[in-house]
Amino acid sequence: MDKMKLPFLIKKGAEASLYLAEWHGKKVIMKKRLPKKYRPSELDKQIRVYRTIHEPQLMHEAKKAGVPTPTIFLVDVKKTTIIMGFIGGTQIKQLLGKTVKSKRQSLCLKIGELIGKLHAHGIIHGDLTTSNMIVDNEGKIFLVDFGLGEKTKELEPRGVDLHLMKRALQSTHFRFAEECFNAVIEGYSKVLDVKTVKSILDKIKEIERRGRYIAERKDDWDD
Amino acid sequence: MKRENAGGFYCLGIESTADDFSVGVATFGGKILANVINAYMPEEGGIHPREAARHHAEVAGKVLEEAFTKTGIKPESLSIIAFSQGPGLGPCLRTGATVARALSSYLNVPLVGVNHCVAHIEIGKMKTRAGDPITLYVSGGNTIVSAFDSGRYRVFGETLDIALGNCLDVFAREAGLRQKVGMPFGAVVEKLAAKGKKLVPLPYTVKGMNTSFSGLLTATVNLLKKREHTLEDLSYSLQETAFSMVTEVTERALAHTEKKEVLLTGGVAANKRLQSMIRAIAEEHNVRFCVVPSEFAIDNGAMIAWTGVLAYKYAMVTPIDKSFVKLKWRLEEVEIPWIK
Repeated sequence: MDKMKLPFLIKKGAEASLYLAEWHGKKVIMKKRLPKKYRPSELDKQIRVYRTIHEPQLMHEAKKAGVPTPTIFLVDVKKTTIIMGFIGGTQIKQLLGKTVKSKRQSLCLKIGELIGKLHAHGIIHGDLTTSNMIVDNEGKIFLVDFGLGEKTKELEPRGVDLHLMKRALQSTHFRFAEECFNAVIEGYSKVLDVKTVKSILDKIKEIERRGRYIAERKDDWDD
Repeated sequence: MKRENAGGFYCLGIESTADDFSVGVATFGGKILANVINAYMPEEGGIHPREAARHHAEVAGKVLEEAFTKTGIKPESLSIIAFSQGPGLGPCLRTGATVARALSSYLNVPLVGVNHCVAHIEIGKMKTRAGDPITLYVSGGNTIVSAFDSGRYRVFGETLDIALGNCLDVFAREAGLRQKVGMPFGAVVEKLAAKGKKLVPLPYTVKGMNTSFSGLLTATVNLLKKREHTLEDLSYSLQETAFSMVTEVTERALAHTEKKEVLLTGGVAANKRLQSMIRAIAEEHNVRFCVVPSEFAIDNGAMIAWTGVLAYKYAMVTPIDKSFVKLKWRLEEVEIPWIK
């Protein structure tokens, strides 16, 4: 029998609301993807159902790749709700700014290794920000929020994944974005072979050229 | 500097990053006295930078004259000349910069190079009295979600390829639609979309806080060529999909930063459907919804003039030898000392 009590809203995100709840004596997170009034209902439902089914699958795959993710207890597609284990700890986002350089380096190195493990197993996280990484009391880093992820070994999505990580560091941790990203790449390189890493790094450069990231980009119309 | 003691302080702003050539005049107190816009409308195809630049050079004198007539002030009463220094199309930017340099040296007043993206945010804030918003800036050249933090506008999300407005424009051109003065492609698509009923499934691409529109555009154009759906339904589906994407990333940034206001600015901000979507997330998160008035949504000189005033008050002047245009000048490269 379900003994869900005290659902307590801990975070109203953009995509889902997170409730802290108790379920069969366990502390759990209830992730509810609520309807979004702004988009057409058919599109809205399609997105919510797809992500509700997809996210637990990717989290499971991530575990197989050796990347800690919360345990999935229940997936309710109809209610677009996932019940998963609660990770007691701190978000990397809160930690990075408060810690010393050496600790920052070792955290980012570990993060890089985790991303490397995901990519090596053909998993793209899709939303690599420091809010989606939690360090538990034993120092283990968990990755959460796989709703935008996908399964592929292609170079382009891997490059975008890392590019997003870099951008997240630049917007939220601008004071030490570069040193952090370098450490991430160092950790990443421990998992994937040199050749692959090089081609992914080249891909990131290509993505940056394609977007609006490089001031000295050659302009076709420069005359 | 002498003119600062002469009563009214005026800044003239020149905007010429893409297809519009515009001159605006702002007072130091934040009053917009003139905002004259002259758009280059190609007979066919997109904006050819050199053709657009030729247009700008041709109309510059006329637009300036109109701005002076409107304000009733003489060129000699100007205290500063501001211009859009980037980002944008090289030849277009250079034309505006040349006019600005000429005026500045002739009148012997300081020149202020302004970042076009900063100007879109600043005019939106000024016109809506927003203090510290999450801004969704959507136009033909840019799609950026940003907020102020520690001295700069930080970019939380943006397009990974083409801009939202560009996506709508290309679709409109592929559909053989025509734009005219006061009715740009975006408005034409909006009108058609309002008559659409059926939502055609299209690729929905959100990557973290970023979006990508090139795949969506290709898919929509391919469907257009197959002629299985009406133009109204395709316009509707394209708008709904693309706007849902930018709304989702804006909501993400809102949840991430926990700001208390959301500002919609840039050319696409004039779209009523997009406004209603952003308003919906503002209501849901209990934050204030602000949208720039449509006269100041499209590229305009007034926003450059006003941002010039803000920068000048913090001694950010641009010597002529440093006034070269910056084609890829990013929003977050600009220091913003006027926000504490």
